[in-house]
Amino acid sequence: MVELQKQEYIIEARGLVKKFGFKTALRKVDLFLKKGDCLALFGPNGAGKTTLIQTLCSLMRPTSGEVVIAGFDTRYDREALHKIIGVIAHDTFLYNNLTASENLNFYGRMYHVTRLNEKIKELINLVGLNAYINDQVQTFSRGMQQRLSVARAIIHDPAILFLDEPYTGLDQQGIEDLKQLLMKFRNQGKTIILTSHNLSRGLELCNQAAILNAGVLIYQEDIANIKKDDFKQLYLKLTGEKTWPVQAPLRASSKNSRRSCGKISYPN
Amino acid sequence: MCLFSFLVLIIFSFAFGTGLKSFKGIIPGILWVAFIFSGLLGLSRSFGVERDKGTLPGLLLCPVSPWEIFLAKMIGTLIFTVIMEIFTLLVFTILYNQNFLPFLLPLGLVIFLGTLGFSIIGTIFSAMSSTTRTRDVMLSILVFPISVPVIIAAVKATGLILDGTSIQTVFSWLKILVAFDFVFLLLAYLTFGFIMEE
Repeated sequence: MVELQKQEYIIEARGLVKKFGFKTALRKVDLFLKKGDCLALFGPNGAGKTTLIQTLCSLMRPTSGEVVIAGFDTRYDREALHKIIGVIAHDTFLYNNLTASENLNFYGRMYHVTRLNEKIKELINLVGLNAYINDQVQTFSRGMQQRLSVARAIIHDPAILFLDEPYTGLDQQGIEDLKQLLMKFRNQGKTIILTSHNLSRGLELCNQAAILNAGVLIYQEDIANIKKDDFKQLYLKLTGEKTWPVQAPLRASSKNSRRSCGKISYPN
Repeated sequence: MCLFSFLVLIIFSFAFGTGLKSFKGIIPGILWVAFIFSGLLGLSRSFGVERDKGTLPGLLLCPVSPWEIFLAKMIGTLIFTVIMEIFTLLVFTILYNQNFLPFLLPLGLVIFLGTLGFSIIGTIFSAMSSTTRTRDVMLSILVFPISVPVIIAAVKATGLILDGTSIQTVFSWLKILVAFDFVFLLLAYLTFGFIMEE
């Protein structure tokens, strides 16, 4: 059975637990994805999305449980694993004192990319930074850095992409460009895990959706089986996340609040 | 680093002068204080770029082992520290009117082995302290006590070489330096992966 799963799934995470001191960030998370799957991972702030991504891509060692990606155990086969994954995270992983081209050159050499100069030009063109190829990254806006970060993550043409809030800092054109790029990757059969707070954007791109709340994977479903209009309500119901319209009037009516043991409670 | 070592030598030259009777006895101490204090400045920059710009995960995601990252960082530190030490020796020669040329080979060997040990320890602890808030203070607190054996062995060996003692006498101190370097290199090989993860 296990052997069958190993052949069937490209990403297998079993019983993942991650603790930071007394705080448990992931609680027995099981996640299985087939080749070409695109999973949108949703969850409120502090749900453990970034921890899960970092554990899956071997940046963090799980407290217990195991992650096997394309047959490589993240604990023992990290170098082989890193050749086939690309990661875009909150941090861009770019060296500010190097130019866009130098950054890509550095990472390209680390990944032993062949025909690197051509690849750099191609990627810079793809992310729309042609005019800034020789500018230092510290002169870039957040959105431009994020674009370059996308180029960095795909310089070695990875088969699996981990995208932790990839739209952070991008302008509307950047979001649209990245969306098109991710669509292209999905059509190429790349496996993608994407975390986002934007439900519609995630649902639009992916073929699976999952919700992580307080370190527990409480929902995973094929998007074909999801009614997109109802998903927001389902998400709010499952995570217990309050929407702004509920909280805003309560905050405004703080004169009705009373303080008890250092906590502020609001009347219903 | 070079500027700092130059300042250390200037301060020592004012503090002791060169007319001191037992000046020859304190030369190794002055040299190694300048080497270690200036070297520490370089160590704090070892993971500085990754720490300040948050690029360490990017480096760890490359298909290289943590051991290779350690070696690259350690060799980088070693090269810059050796350059600083050559500069320090030149300044020392001018300021204190000392001629190191007759002892250049054995002295070079001792300085290399001592600096290698210091760079190994420093790179390990620089990586460990890079995520702490008080990293610069932390680095000094961690590195100095652990470096005591290498500093003692290097100072003693340097003193014996400058005294013109035979290489056999210096050999026991050299063995300590080699053993120290080997043990900490092995320790780095076994633990650096875990240090990088956390």
